[in-house]
Amino acid sequence: MVPDIKIVEEAKRPLAMNPKKFGLWLFIATVIMLFGAWTSAYIVKRGDMGWSEIIVPDLFWVNTGIILASSVTMVWAVRAARKDNFESLKIALSITTILGIAFVIGQFMAYGQMVELKEHFTGGPVSHSFVYVLSGAHAVHLISGVFFLIFVLVAVFQSKVHSKNMNQIEMCATYWHFLDVLWLYLFVFLLLNK
Amino acid sequence: MATTDIHIHQDVHHHDDHGHEHDEHHEGNFWTTYIFSLDHKIIAKQFLITGIFWALLGGTLSVIFRLQLGFPDMNLDWLKPVLGEWITPEGKLDPEFYLALVTMHGTIMVFFVLTAGLSGTFSNFLIPLQIGARDMASGFMNMLSYWFFFLSSVVMFVSLFLETGPAGGGWTIYPPLSALPQAIKGSGMGMTLWLVAMALFIVSSLLGSINYITTVINMRTRGMSFTRMPLTIWAFFFTAIIGILSFPVLFAAALLLIFDRSFGTSFYLSDIYIGGEALAHDGGSPILFQHLFWFLGHPEVYIVLLPALGLSSEIIATNSRKPIFGYKAMIGSMLFIAILSFIVWAHHMFVTGMNPFLGSIFMLLTLIIAVPSAVKIFNYVTTLWKGNIVFTPAMLFSIGLVSFFLTGGITGIFLGNSAIDIQLHDTYFVVAHFHLVMGSASFFGMLAGIYHWFPKMFGRMMNETLGQVHFWITFVGVYLVFFPMHYIGIAGFPRRYYSWTNFETFSGFADLNMLVSVAAILTLAAQFIFLFNFFYSIWRGRLAPLNPWNSNTLEWTTPRKPGHGNWVGEIPSVYRWPYDYSKPGAKEDFIPQHIPFSETPESNLPHENELIKLETSNGEGAIIIEGNKH
Ligand code: HEM
Ligand SMILES: [Cu+2]
Repeated sequence: MVPDIKIVEEAKRPLAMNPKKFGLWLFIATVIMLFGAWTSAYIVKRGDMGWSEIIVPDLFWVNTGIILASSVTMVWAVRAARKDNFESLKIALSITTILGIAFVIGQFMAYGQMVELKEHFTGGPVSHSFVYVLSGAHAVHLISGVFFLIFVLVAVFQSKVHSKNMNQIEMCATYWHFLDVLWLYLFVFLLLNK
Repeated sequence: MATTDIHIHQDVHHHDDHGHEHDEHHEGNFWTTYIFSLDHKIIAKQFLITGIFWALLGGTLSVIFRLQLGFPDMNLDWLKPVLGEWITPEGKLDPEFYLALVTMHGTIMVFFVLTAGLSGTFSNFLIPLQIGARDMASGFMNMLSYWFFFLSSVVMFVSLFLETGPAGGGWTIYPPLSALPQAIKGSGMGMTLWLVAMALFIVSSLLGSINYITTVINMRTRGMSFTRMPLTIWAFFFTAIIGILSFPVLFAAALLLIFDRSFGTSFYLSDIYIGGEALAHDGGSPILFQHLFWFLGHPEVYIVLLPALGLSSEIIATNSRKPIFGYKAMIGSMLFIAILSFIVWAHHMFVTGMNPFLGSIFMLLTLIIAVPSAVKIFNYVTTLWKGNIVFTPAMLFSIGLVSFFLTGGITGIFLGNSAIDIQLHDTYFVVAHFHLVMGSASFFGMLAGIYHWFPKMFGRMMNETLGQVHFWITFVGVYLVFFPMHYIGIAGFPRRYYSWTNFETFSGFADLNMLVSVAAILTLAAQFIFLFNFFYSIWRGRLAPLNPWNSNTLEWTTPRKPGHGNWVGEIPSVYRWPYDYSKPGAKEDFIPQHIPFSETPESNLPHENELIKLETSNGEGAIIIEGNKH
C-alpha cells in the first residue's frame, strides 16, 4: 500500500538563537550607542576652547575594585549553577548583589567627594557636568542590573535556577559583565581625558 | 529508492483552513483581545489607527499655517472657536502659534505618523506573517511598545492645549531657542512636554526595533533563508537596526537638553544676554546639539523611507507580474544606504561654520548616497518594464512613490553640495526636497501598504475606484504643493517665516503661495475619500478572497482573517524566493513560496531541479510533512 504521505525536499531550518538572549544583546547595543554619544560629545567639547580639567574622585578607584570583584563572583555563581552546586550559587550570587549595591552607594559617596572638591553638576564648567552625566547614567543602568540580580536571586532561592535552566542567570551575567566593562570604559575614558 | 514512489499529489500539509473561520475562542474578553492585546496583528492595527489619527491632525495643522502663508490678509476669526486666543483680535494667526504649528506638524509627521505609524503598523503586521512565525519574539514587549507610544501620544496631544502652546522651536528643537523658556512661549511647558513625549517615544521605538530584529533573525519558518526573505522584511530589518543605533543618540541629546532647561547645566548654552544681562549658563555649545541631533536625524529620514521602499518593492513586483529586478542589488543598496546614513549627518550643518575641509568630506559621503538610491529607482523601473502591470490603487501609490523619490532625490544632490547649500539652506527649496523625498514618498508607501494589505488586515476589500480617485487627486495635489516651493526657495524665501509681505522681493510670489495653499487644502480634503473608503470597507467591503493579488508571500496562505497564531495547522515551509512571477513554463503567473520545486517540474530551472534530488537520495535530507514536528 502506498501511504498517504508526501515527501519533498527538506526545507532547511534557518539559524536561530534564544530570542531573549538575542534581545538582550540588542538592548546592550542601544546602551553602547547612548554612552557612545555622550563620550563623543565629551571629546568634541574637550576640543573646544575653555575646557576646565575634571576631578576624578578617589572613591572611583575603590568602586572600580568593587565592581570588578562583583564580576568575578558572578562568574563563580554561573559556574556553580552549571554544576548544580546550589550552596555556592546562593553565596556567590548574594555577594554579587551586595557588591552591586555597594557600588551604587559608593558612587553616591563619590559624588559627596566631588562636591567637596568643588565639582558640581550645575553651575560649574560643562566638563564637570559631564562627569555626573556619565557616571549617573551608568548608575541608573547599574541599578536596573541590581534589580535583575535580585530577581534571579529570588529564583535561585526558589530552586528555579539549575544546570537545565540557565537562561535567566546567563542573561543576568551577560548584562552584569557588560555594566562592569561599561564602567571600566567610562573610568579609563575620564582618566585619559581629564 | 522506495521513497521516490510515494509521490502522491495530495496536498495534505498545507492548510485545510478554508472551512475554518477561526472563531476567536481564546478566553480573551474585549480588553485582552483589542486593548492589551499581545497579538501582532491587533497591535499593528492599533499603530495604524493611532497613526491615521495623527496624520489627520498633522495635516490639519499644516493647512492652518498654509492659510497664513497663502492668504496673509485673510480674516481668521472663524477659527476662533477652535483656536481661541491663538487668533489675535485683528483676526490673524498669532506669530508664535505659527511657529508652534510648524513644529508640531513636523514632529507629528516625522515621528508619530511616518515612524510609529508606518514601521509600527507594517513591521508588526508583516514580519510574522511573511517569515512564517506565529507571533513576534516577545508579544509582551510588543504590547509595551504600543503603550509607550500611546502614552507619548497623549503627552504630545496634551501639550497642544497648554495656554502657552506646544513646543515652538521647530521639529529639530535647536537650542538655545528651545533651551530658554524666556525665548518664546513655545520653549516653556510645551517644550518640556515635547521632551517627555519624545523620551517615551524613543523607548517605544527601541522596544519595537529589538523585537523586529529578534523576530526576523530567530523566528523564520523552515526554508526561509535570508535570501528567500521578501524585500519588505529586509527593509523592516534594516530600519530596525538603524533605529537601534540612532534613537539612543537622540535620547542622549534630549537628556542633556533637559538638564540645561531644568537643572541649570550649560551643555548647549553660552554667552547669552537677555535684556542686557548675561545668563549664568556658560561654556556650552549649541553646535554640539546639532551634531547629536543629526546623528539621529539623518538616519531617521531613512527609518521613515526604507519601510516604504520595502512595501513598494513587494507591491510593484506583484502587480507587474514580474520578479523584482535585482533582488540582491536591492538588499545591497539598502544595506549601503543604512551604513552611509550614519556618516553624512553634517550635511545639515554646512552653514554652522564648520571647517570647509570637513564640509567637503561630508559632501562627498552625502553625494555617494545618490548611488544606491539610483540603483533602487533603476530596479523599480526595470521591474515595471514590459510587465503585465495591474493598476491597483496600491500599485499606483507605489509608482507615485518612485516618482517622488526621484524628484526629491535629485534636489538632494543639489543640497548635498556645500557651496550650493549655503544659498539654499533653510529656504523653501529644502522644504520641497524633503517633503517630496521623505514626506510624500513615505506617505505614498504607507498608503500603498494599506491598500495592498487591507484584505489581510480586515478580511475585506477596499473600493478600487475610490482608491484610484484618491490616488490621482493626491498625486497631482502633492506636486502642486511642493513643486512651486523649489522656485520660491531658489528665490531665497526662508522657511519657518510667519510673514513675507514686508519684503518687497517676495511679493512676486504671492500667487504661487496662494496656489500652494489651495492645492494643500484640496489634497487634505482628498484624504477623506480614503478615510471613508477605509472605515466603510472595514465593515461593509466586499469579502476578500484568500489571495486577492495572486501574490507569492506567506501571509496569503493564512485564513481570510488569521486568528492568534496565524496558521491553523502547521506553519508552511518555504522552498523558493518570493518573486516567482510569470516564470516561463509555469501553469499560472505566480508560484507561492510554499510550493516545492517537485511540484513544478514544468518551470524549474536546472539548479532548482538539483534541489529536488534531495528527495531521491534515500529519503535522507528529506522530510515527510504530515503534521510532524521535526
Ligand atoms: C540623494 C540623496 C539625498 C541627498 C544628497 C540629500 C541631501 C540633503 C541635504 C544636503 C540636506 C540639508 C539641506 C539644508 O538644510 O540646507 C537635506 C535635508 C533633508 N533631507 Fe535630504 N538628501 C537626500 C535624500 C533624502 C532622503 C531619501 C530623505 C528622506 C527619506 C531626505 C530627507 C531630508 C530631510 C527631512 C531634510 C531636512 C531636514 C530639516 O532641516 O528639517 N533626504 N538633504
Ligand atoms: Cu540628511
